[in-house]
Amino acid sequence: MRRFAALYDALDSTNSTNAKVAAMQAYFAEAPPGDAAWALFFLTGGRLKRLIAPRLLATWGCERARVPGWLFEESFGLAGDLAETIALLVDTERNGHSAPGKTPPLSRLIEDRLLPLRDAPEEQKRRAVIELWDALDRREIFLLDKLLTGELRVGVSGTLAIRALAQHAGLPPAVVAHRLMGSWQPSAAAFAALIAPEAAETDASRPYPFFLASQLEEEPETLGDPAQWLVEWKWDGIRAQIVRRAGGVFLWSRGEELITDRFPDLSGVWATLPEGTVLDGEVLAFSGGAPMPFSVLQRRIGRQKLSPKILADAPAAFMAYDLLELGRADLRGQPLSERREKLADLVQGRSERLSLSAAVKGGSWAELRELRKQARERGVEGLMLKRWSSPYRHGRPRGDWWKWKIEPYAIDAVLVYAQPGHGRRATLMTDLTFALWDGGELVPVAKAYSGLTDEEIDRLDRWIRQHTIERFGPVRSVEPVHVFELHFEGIAESTRHRSGVAVRFPRIARWRTDKKPQDADTLQTLRSLIRVAR
Amino acid sequence: MIVDSEQGLFCPDGGFHLDPLLPVERAVLTHAHGDHARAGSGAYLCTPETAALLRRRLGDASIETLRQGERRVVGSVTVSLHPAGHMLGSAQVRIEGRAGVWVVSGDYKREPDPSCAPFEPLRCDAFVTEASYALPLFRWDEPAALAREIVAWWQGNPATSVLFCYALGKAQRLLAEIARISDRPVWVHGMVEPFAQVYREHGVRLAETRHVGDERGLKGELVLAPITARGTPWMKRFRSFEQAFASGILRIRGTRRRRGFDRGFVVSDHADWPGLLRTIRETGAQRVYAMHGHRDALVRYLREVEGIDAAPIGRAQPADPEGD
Repeated sequence: MRRFAALYDALDSTNSTNAKVAAMQAYFAEAPPGDAAWALFFLTGGRLKRLIAPRLLATWGCERARVPGWLFEESFGLAGDLAETIALLVDTERNGHSAPGKTPPLSRLIEDRLLPLRDAPEEQKRRAVIELWDALDRREIFLLDKLLTGELRVGVSGTLAIRALAQHAGLPPAVVAHRLMGSWQPSAAAFAALIAPEAAETDASRPYPFFLASQLEEEPETLGDPAQWLVEWKWDGIRAQIVRRAGGVFLWSRGEELITDRFPDLSGVWATLPEGTVLDGEVLAFSGGAPMPFSVLQRRIGRQKLSPKILADAPAAFMAYDLLELGRADLRGQPLSERREKLADLVQGRSERLSLSAAVKGGSWAELRELRKQARERGVEGLMLKRWSSPYRHGRPRGDWWKWKIEPYAIDAVLVYAQPGHGRRATLMTDLTFALWDGGELVPVAKAYSGLTDEEIDRLDRWIRQHTIERFGPVRSVEPVHVFELHFEGIAESTRHRSGVAVRFPRIARWRTDKKPQDADTLQTLRSLIRVAR
Repeated sequence: MIVDSEQGLFCPDGGFHLDPLLPVERAVLTHAHGDHARAGSGAYLCTPETAALLRRRLGDASIETLRQGERRVVGSVTVSLHPAGHMLGSAQVRIEGRAGVWVVSGDYKREPDPSCAPFEPLRCDAFVTEASYALPLFRWDEPAALAREIVAWWQGNPATSVLFCYALGKAQRLLAEIARISDRPVWVHGMVEPFAQVYREHGVRLAETRHVGDERGLKGELVLAPITARGTPWMKRFRSFEQAFASGILRIRGTRRRRGFDRGFVVSDHADWPGLLRTIRETGAQRVYAMHGHRDALVRYLREVEGIDAAPIGRAQPADPEGD
């Protein structure tokens, strides 16, 4: 734990990519494999399920720090983070001294002390947590609290952690990334297998690392001859890989979640695929030969039980766009043109729930630009541009795959509620709620977290604190004065929102200091966009 | 004995204001920081060190000095100044009169500081304390260890190490700490150097300083600069640099991250929570007034937990005393 805490500090105290990689590489070299396995789990974005409710942790922290409840609240209000509040208050209470107790290694801490707490009675949890606090120093308490609440986040990308591990192991990053895919679970043995020179017996369910497209920011003319590019519609569903191996079938989302059971209506699709096949594509709700809006699929994902009605209302289909493995052979090194040819042969006539993502025939970029305008009525997000000669890479390298999205929807809305953000914005009011006019009333329509500069965030934070009307827990209502231009990707009817409308990926485009609240849009305007989106 | 007024704290029996916010007839100053020592008043009373630091700012105003511990009758009260440990010349103001003994702390800290005399606890009936960091979140680590961290950061950094800090007080304190463990010179911004001279004239040993001036590059060197220099064209002279900040507010992790500093050093010249409570107990005061920062939290804690009669005093001020 001490070594991991030192690594966390080292990563936290530099903005240099090289320094971060060096710190992780040094850690992997020194740490026992069991600890390194857990560290890697967290560095690549893994989280423990919450073991203790934050409310309980706060109660015990307040008790251990021997401060009155109101003072704990006041401190929490300034620090903005529960784990940190407890760590600092306990540190102050014992005047900076930590018990000379030995800090358990990370793997022992998690496996022997934390995970068994999940089903323990509350009093046992309380005693275990306070005992641990007393054995740990300030920064370790902070990390422990984050582990307990399932919120530990480290300031590096998974790609960077993989690069560091690959350097430590002397392997190409792509190999390490691939070995980590799927149901990788941290353990000393799993870590050893990860960095072994030769691959051990592989997990049959393991998907390949996804190739992610970058946003096209320049005009497509900069990409050269359109004949060198495969152009497809950008489907608005769930990116997924179908892995058909060892007599089984596994559907993996891009978040590496196994979602096979969520789509029983696709079972007919995989049954027909030959052994040793991996497809990359998009799961869509599909009806009458056309994709249904993402919101239909989303409603289905949200359900615990998939009733026959749901399955009938939102029937799933798989839109295949790449072939990564065929006859147990890894095809990722072949050019896209060859993979597509094999893919077309493979999916041909196999199932009406399985289709090939068709090439959009445009000719010139100008013609494609015209076609892209049809995206919204076709229920897609724009166009994908993939270089015919490209291999199937991993991560988001720029150059071969581009998404050429349609312009987002835009509305001008009024800021009405604010609450503190998370992580590095925990002390700032950055979770903002926006409203539109409906009659004489402002109705909340969207929450947005991003899009402002640091300077704007500071300015808005100060303003919010000085113009709070009312407080409801962490949420403040503010004077309806400021207008912001919001952008979003999709819009649908909703029974769960007071406005009757749900927008997708809302973010702040601009602070419209030139507009007065009465200049903001109406709910009517927003609703009319639903019809455009059909 | 002391009341709130529009100009700041006022002692009617002595006919003077303490650290007045606006021009007054007679001002008693606790220390030389700009938010405590303002120009425009008729006459000033402060320590000789504070007077030396203020020479330029107050122009040709009449400044009387009083050595630490020396007593002077002002109106119907007796005034004396006693070390507050905040910076060179910083003083608590002890006022003795028919309403007993009152002490106004000014800004103070309890950690050792090689650049000024240590805080002297004074018994009193009423104590007016600062409360800049009056939350139990704030506890300072041993300053010598921090100085070693700063030097380790600088000497391990091949680029320029730019450390932002308050140009008066904090910068000289850091220079004095650094002088104990390193004999390399430290480069300073133009706002730091004149004050460093005054410190030296008063016998404080500082690291050798070099004025940044028109110098370029300065790879591998440590530069002390006020936070106001951050993000200005002045920074362009350093080709590659890391930026650090020294302030008590950095005790909270998110502060450094969201303000984009590479490193944060938790160094404060104000009392931390344990320091405030310890000091209040040592004064034996029956009544405590708290000013600045988190004064309301301190007042409530004193009343509810310590059983001390307490109240806020003065104007509410922002809770970031060492920042921007």
